[in-house]
Amino acid sequence: MKNDWRSRNHPAWWAFLVHRVSGVLLTLFLPLHFLTLATALQGEARLEATLRWIDQPIVKLGEVILVLLLAAHMTGGIRLLMLEFMPWRDWQKSLLAVAAGLTLAVGLAFLLNLT
Amino acid sequence: MSTLEVKVWRGGEEGEFQRFEVPRLESQTVLDVVTHIQRHLDPTLSYRFACRVGMCGSCAMVVNGRARWTCRTHVADVTDGDSLEIAPLKNLPVIKDLVTDMRDFFDKWAAAQGQFHPTTTRKDDFARVEPESPERQQVDAGIECIGCGVCYSSCDVVSWNPEYLGPAAMNRAWTLLNDVRDGANEERLAAVAGDAGCHACHTHMTCTERCPKQISPTAAIAGLKRAALKAALKGKL
Ligand code: FES
Repeated sequence: MKNDWRSRNHPAWWAFLVHRVSGVLLTLFLPLHFLTLATALQGEARLEATLRWIDQPIVKLGEVILVLLLAAHMTGGIRLLMLEFMPWRDWQKSLLAVAAGLTLAVGLAFLLNLT
Repeated sequence: MSTLEVKVWRGGEEGEFQRFEVPRLESQTVLDVVTHIQRHLDPTLSYRFACRVGMCGSCAMVVNGRARWTCRTHVADVTDGDSLEIAPLKNLPVIKDLVTDMRDFFDKWAAAQGQFHPTTTRKDDFARVEPESPERQQVDAGIECIGCGVCYSSCDVVSWNPEYLGPAAMNRAWTLLNDVRDGANEERLAAVAGDAGCHACHTHMTCTERCPKQISPTAAIAGLKRAALKAALKGKL
């Protein structure tokens, strides 16, 4: 028999989930990113149109989410590297809090810069 | 006197929860509840225990969804109102009711080279290990394992990959790797560095979260990863 969410409900499991989901979403985003950049190859007008499309508020919101995903995935990755390569015992939870805090800080910085 | 609503797993892999009403007592442990059911309500209920004081590691069960040592778990700390759900450990075949077949669990300790390989004989002098040495400190951090299987039951990687050695076996391997008297570390590293070994850990840390002895198998597994990397860089793995 397998475990259910009552067993998984603790901070480090959630950190794993955030890391995995942000990783998958970023992977899905990457080809889109290249496609938009590739419009430059089809002339200035195409690129301009794409850039204008990106300027819509709803797409901007998407950008904030993207920055949050990037920040979450990066801080989560640094956390894992620290857990695995540094001698440790008791401060794993603080590390998690630092990762979450940094993610939010980066997201906010980006958001404020936009407006 | 109030009563507890207790749901207990009955049957083997296939089965269902059976309801019992158990008198609520002060300082009652989950093991007390199971024992009350077996002694007074249904003598056919199967479960394991021995020491009742958190030493033998035989009483682990899944209580309200989380694996725990039941002899040291107070009902007051785990009840959901006045209800309890008691199930056998996960990730192990259920023999009957609350009893699982722990063969895989212990076979994996052996597979992870969990045996001590001495480098001296009884004719030699005692080994002197400095208590403050880093190796001895690492051993101290993991040596109190009672083999209860709580970490193994809690680990999702074991559910996803039944070959995975699991937290307890690798914690054991890590304590031996740091035992300066042991002479089989190359074999041990090779045993834990495979597909089903330390590199398969996803760092969920549920083992560390649930270990009743506050051991961190995640730390041990991270140690094994570092040791495996070092050995690989030196061409020894
Ligand atoms: S009965 Fe021995 S540890 Fe619980």
